[in-house]
Amino acid sequence: MSTLHDLSVAELAAKLAAKDVSSVELAQHFLTRIQSQDTLGAFLATDAEQSLAQARAADSRIATGERAPLLGVPLAHKDVFVTRDFPTTAGSKMLANYRSPFDATVVSRLGSGGAGMVSLGKLNCDEFAMGSGNDNSAYKPVQNPWDISRVPGGSSGGSAAAVAARLVPAATGTDTGGSIRQPASLSGITGIKPTYGRCSRYGMVAFASSLDQAGPMARSALDCALLLSAMAGPDLDRDSTSLDMPAFDYAAELIAANSQAAGSQPLQGLRIGLPTQFFGAGCAPDVLAAVRGALAELEKLGATLVEVSLPLTELSIPVYYVIAPAEASSNLSRYDGVRYGHRAAEYTDLEDMYKKSRTEGFGDEVTRRIMIGTYVLSHGYYDAYYLKAQKIRRLIAEDFQKAFSQCDIIAGPVSPTVAWKIGERSDDPVASYLADIYTLSSSLAGLPGMSVPAGFGAHGMPVGLQLIGNYFKEAQLLSTAHRFQMTTDWHQRKPGAAA
Amino acid sequence: MALTSQDIARVAHLARLALRPDETEHTLGQLNGFFRLVEQMDAVNTDGVEPLAHPAAVLGQVALRLREDIASEPNQREASQVSAPAVENGLFLVPKVIE
Repeated sequence: MSTLHDLSVAELAAKLAAKDVSSVELAQHFLTRIQSQDTLGAFLATDAEQSLAQARAADSRIATGERAPLLGVPLAHKDVFVTRDFPTTAGSKMLANYRSPFDATVVSRLGSGGAGMVSLGKLNCDEFAMGSGNDNSAYKPVQNPWDISRVPGGSSGGSAAAVAARLVPAATGTDTGGSIRQPASLSGITGIKPTYGRCSRYGMVAFASSLDQAGPMARSALDCALLLSAMAGPDLDRDSTSLDMPAFDYAAELIAANSQAAGSQPLQGLRIGLPTQFFGAGCAPDVLAAVRGALAELEKLGATLVEVSLPLTELSIPVYYVIAPAEASSNLSRYDGVRYGHRAAEYTDLEDMYKKSRTEGFGDEVTRRIMIGTYVLSHGYYDAYYLKAQKIRRLIAEDFQKAFSQCDIIAGPVSPTVAWKIGERSDDPVASYLADIYTLSSSLAGLPGMSVPAGFGAHGMPVGLQLIGNYFKEAQLLSTAHRFQMTTDWHQRKPGAAA
Repeated sequence: MALTSQDIARVAHLARLALRPDETEHTLGQLNGFFRLVEQMDAVNTDGVEPLAHPAAVLGQVALRLREDIASEPNQREASQVSAPAVENGLFLVPKVIE
């Protein structure tokens, strides 16, 4: 049983279907692993009873002869997805005692009522998904399995660390400004943020509603494709921004590719655009070297590299950090200590109760963003900041369309450096915001993007290659990443902590 | 244009947050650092550009969907109030607002 955790989602599903292993056995195996690696800080909640009940339900479905690509395979959810079977905190003290009366759409589609995956618990993250190192979690930091003194990235840091350390074969994440791609890159796993609106936001604790998007995180593009096929699809009555486009089998083309002859040039005709702004002095040489190595591999597979320009790349930082906090300040006004969430122990009147409850419940970064958001939306500043940012947002999105007239996929680094030391950037928010430079512009445009393990940089830490597609082109991204992973083994490398 | 301590106090009140005096100074420094970054936006000419609120609107008009105005959720009052700080007889309790 010792190697079960090294198997991919696809391999585990095959073992379950062949009855080599039961879903209950798998859940027990991974729960033991989670417990033994508790110091990583990846999990905020587990509940063996709930997980084993879900596993028994999956085993009954398998026993009746049902075959489905994810049935009985374990996963865990980022703690911003509300779940009936587990607490949901969004990494915040504000929601320390919160129990949701319902499951998020993504959770129910992947779980017992849908694909039949078994949830092993809830994964640590930056508070309300605001952060890039997971050190903004109100509960505990998460360690990077490649070097436990370093961050796993954020905000889906628990998801990335858990997958990298083989505590779960796959996890859900959310990406508002890079929160799937950046931790995937820093922790050496694969993750995809789909087109805005592809996965339902219903039951995702809201951060910035015009940017928030759910996506899968796993070790390979194929495993991500299997999960995304179950997660995505319209949810028209429950999410007003859900795209009215049918669910899609993202894995079929990838599985077909596996049986094709090796040595061919499967990416023949694919034009990969390299934005000059992504390859400048701002990116560390070790990261650039790994990214260039991956691009050379894609060229060998038949792709052509072309230079493109995204002139407003640097501006995407202020634009994002005006829009996202503005939306956050509005979304987080719901935490008033009345219907749910933290309430202060002592107060003089209603307003005092609001102020004390909110001040006690929110951590520093969340407070900072609420302050920024409230200011940019306040009387006299709305036009200069919020509207101005929304106008530049359109220009950024239009620049991508110009670039896509010259190429099919855009590629570059995900993060300008490898993972940094825990605590190193804690009190310098602006420095931390600047490091989001390569992920923010595609988030603002609502484009799909992924991170694919591309090698290692300084201190032996993983580096991810970012692939950005045009709207609705998730299949093309996953297919390109899969071809890359068929001839490279970066995604199969194993950190010391996963031994 | 730099923010002042008065701005911080005003914004904190609008956001219903109670910053301690020492936090106000710290927050002031951090927000001013942040708004120096935001000033870069002034250099971009956005005359005649429509604000973009929904990313997919780049591809064309996005119509906001309406659903039928019928109840789709079952009554879950008890489950919904499990996480409430103070309830009584199915009602949320708050401090007295009107004497």
